[in-house]
Amino acid sequence: MMSWLLVMPIAIPFATAVVAYLMRMSDAGRWISLAGSALSLLASAALMVAVLERGVVAAQMSSWDAPFGITLVVDYLGAVMVVITAITGLATAIYALGEIPARLEKLGYHALFQTLIAGVTGAFMTGDVFNLYVWFEVMLISSFGLLVLGGSREQLDAGIKYVALNLVSTLVFLSGIGLLYGVTGTLNMADLRDAVANAENQGLITVIAMMFMVGFGVKAAVFPLFFWLPASYHTPSFAVSAVFAGLLTKVGVYALMRMFTLVFVGDIGFTHEILIWVSALTMLTGVLGAAAQTDFRKILSFHIISQIGYMTLGLALYTPLALMGGVFYLVHHIIVKANLFLVAGVANKLAGHTDLNRIGGLYKSSPLLAALFVIPAFSLAGFPPLSGFWAKYLIVKAAIELDNWLIAFVALFVGLLTIFSMTKIWGMAFWKPHPDGIDPTPDRVPDKVRIPMMIPIGGLAAMTILIGFYPEPFVQFAEVAAAQLLDPTDYVETVLGARP
Amino acid sequence: METLTALIIGVLVAASVYLMLARNFMRFLFGLILLSNAANLTIFASGRMTPGAPALVPYGEDTPLGVVGNALPQALVLTAIVIGFGLLAFTLALAFEAYRRLRTMDSDKMRYAEPKEERE
Repeated sequence: MMSWLLVMPIAIPFATAVVAYLMRMSDAGRWISLAGSALSLLASAALMVAVLERGVVAAQMSSWDAPFGITLVVDYLGAVMVVITAITGLATAIYALGEIPARLEKLGYHALFQTLIAGVTGAFMTGDVFNLYVWFEVMLISSFGLLVLGGSREQLDAGIKYVALNLVSTLVFLSGIGLLYGVTGTLNMADLRDAVANAENQGLITVIAMMFMVGFGVKAAVFPLFFWLPASYHTPSFAVSAVFAGLLTKVGVYALMRMFTLVFVGDIGFTHEILIWVSALTMLTGVLGAAAQTDFRKILSFHIISQIGYMTLGLALYTPLALMGGVFYLVHHIIVKANLFLVAGVANKLAGHTDLNRIGGLYKSSPLLAALFVIPAFSLAGFPPLSGFWAKYLIVKAAIELDNWLIAFVALFVGLLTIFSMTKIWGMAFWKPHPDGIDPTPDRVPDKVRIPMMIPIGGLAAMTILIGFYPEPFVQFAEVAAAQLLDPTDYVETVLGARP
Repeated sequence: METLTALIIGVLVAASVYLMLARNFMRFLFGLILLSNAANLTIFASGRMTPGAPALVPYGEDTPLGVVGNALPQALVLTAIVIGFGLLAFTLALAFEAYRRLRTMDSDKMRYAEPKEERE
């Protein structure tokens, strides 16, 4: 029973991918993808219920006992990531009904999309480092396909950079796994915790930890490893860049959070101190990079980097409050960031471009879109009472409690600069008149395209408001998730069985 | 045996870094292939070397007799080779398509997705 619950959120997207690929030549593919995404959401909700009841849920694949077989294990953090992946998947599947043209569907868009979701979900659920590598690869290869699907010059150029840097990071991660196995003789994460703590050569363990940090750091797009992200995220379809923006970098952050709370905790003074400064520089460079851009999606891409800094900061400070803020930030950010890219897609359809110098007038002509932009944009910047305010509040409070005033100041200052970028988009895309004298009213786009694109934007904005006005259950959830991360006894025992 | 493998890995990584620093994307790709082989050898070597002792179970027995090679790293390497092969095949196809469309392999000249650098 338990193993079915754990397998379903991975198996459903894979099955959907196969069927959607077979049906790619007809219109049915997009509806199959939509149905698959809805089923995934149900399956992950069921998993969430089980996790809320039991704390940690684990299953041994093919009945090979841990630590020899592959374990799927989900704690509070894993469960919320699986659910949020399914929500983002459903939102973009609806959006794709309007945005993705039949040309891309025939090339297998929906199959690649569902495989990507399966890869992301798998990475959140696995309890085995090598299996984590495999899920990373599933995720990578489908993201490669989605990024260059359509094959414009910009996409090919972006694809080269994205593929090259991500493959290097994967190889660093893979070598790290090899060395870790060489030192400890196990690959099971729960088993690794003790094995790493008892390893004789702690210096070598720190080296391996740094290899993991670099490997995951590239995926998470932290300073100074983020260059692939602003080079590529503005080129594919909007639905694709929304999923990338929402989920892909967050898999890197999740992997950092998992490995650096569960396994590599022997030398916190060294590893987590590095992370603190990396986080601060990530926040700063991201937000300053965004200030120099005038393209809707490029601004948002740089803001992904800057926001990643807050999440890794939550991990780096390594107190219950900080980790709680990190988890809360992770969830809030996925919703908000995916939504902003979806808004950019509608703005592009209505006003004809993503370059802010070449569009305008959206506020007057499409007030609904303007309202739906303001919610995630100000949530990103941390305006109360939206979800981003609580996320930033927790992180900054954690920094102040540690008397780390410099970091707290950087976090607040970056929030201020985020407002600058968001008001820049607001002023140029929404407020000023359209430079070509066009009136970008909603009826410039047929209902069949516009309505499926607006539904997920509204839904995600509603979630942002809900979390903002009613943060209590979400904060409590994040508190338990952080407690589980800091004291993974429950996690280890559920995977390996209670030990004497 | 371990020393020799370590040296080979070192040479592979050095050669791959040299290749990857080139502006030509094909050279970068060859560097990536070497790096991927170096990573695979690392995993293989970290399972400890036992020359001349294949992980085979004699006929009629349930477990191998005596000391045999560690089979797990071999399984890991096999997985990594297959995945690496797929990714590199994709990258090669991408490089070819990029060359066909962009008419260059020089990564400094691939500036379609990013603003061109100001050069005098």
